[in-house]
Amino acid sequence: MVHPDQVKAAIAQALPDACVEVEDLTGGGDHLQVKVVSAAFAGLSRIKQHQLVYGALRSELASEAIHALALQTEIPA
Amino acid sequence: MDSSLKQRLDQLVGSSPIFVFMKGSKLMPQCGFSNNVVQILNAMAVPFETFDVLSDMEIRQGIKEYSDWPTIPQVYVNGEFIGGSDILIEMYNSGELKEKLEIALAS
Repeated sequence: MVHPDQVKAAIAQALPDACVEVEDLTGGGDHLQVKVVSAAFAGLSRIKQHQLVYGALRSELASEAIHALALQTEIPA
Repeated sequence: MDSSLKQRLDQLVGSSPIFVFMKGSKLMPQCGFSNNVVQILNAMAVPFETFDVLSDMEIRQGIKEYSDWPTIPQVYVNGEFIGGSDILIEMYNSGELKEKLEIALAS
């Protein structure tokens, strides 16, 4: 399990301008819903956008510290 | 990646116009995200094949590397990785998925 703040920190490191919202869906810290808004997504396909975020959380996902991650990415309006 | 594993994955991905790597089976998905994908494809009444990654650790790890995507499910249309559960839901809601699948199944 991970603390939502760790997730925010990891994403902020990869995408410094990102606005990140993390919701812990079960209270167990391993089923998370994450919304990331960043200008870095401009011009990228959704797959590439998600890959940027997954890349930031690579170790947490590989170790299954995060078991489930529902991800939503957006470009700032 | 080991070339025989890559070959197995190529074969699976190419075995059906719409192919899904998931946890569990169409009738008994073992994870909510895999279930989302099955429900969407069922709702669209399109033919698709699935592979249960829980039955094969080599495929389970290999597919993540294959697509550079760390999570299951993974949906492939005509051999192209189009996304996991979140992206499929977005594409379904926007109508983009219907269009993509119609084109894929017509070709």
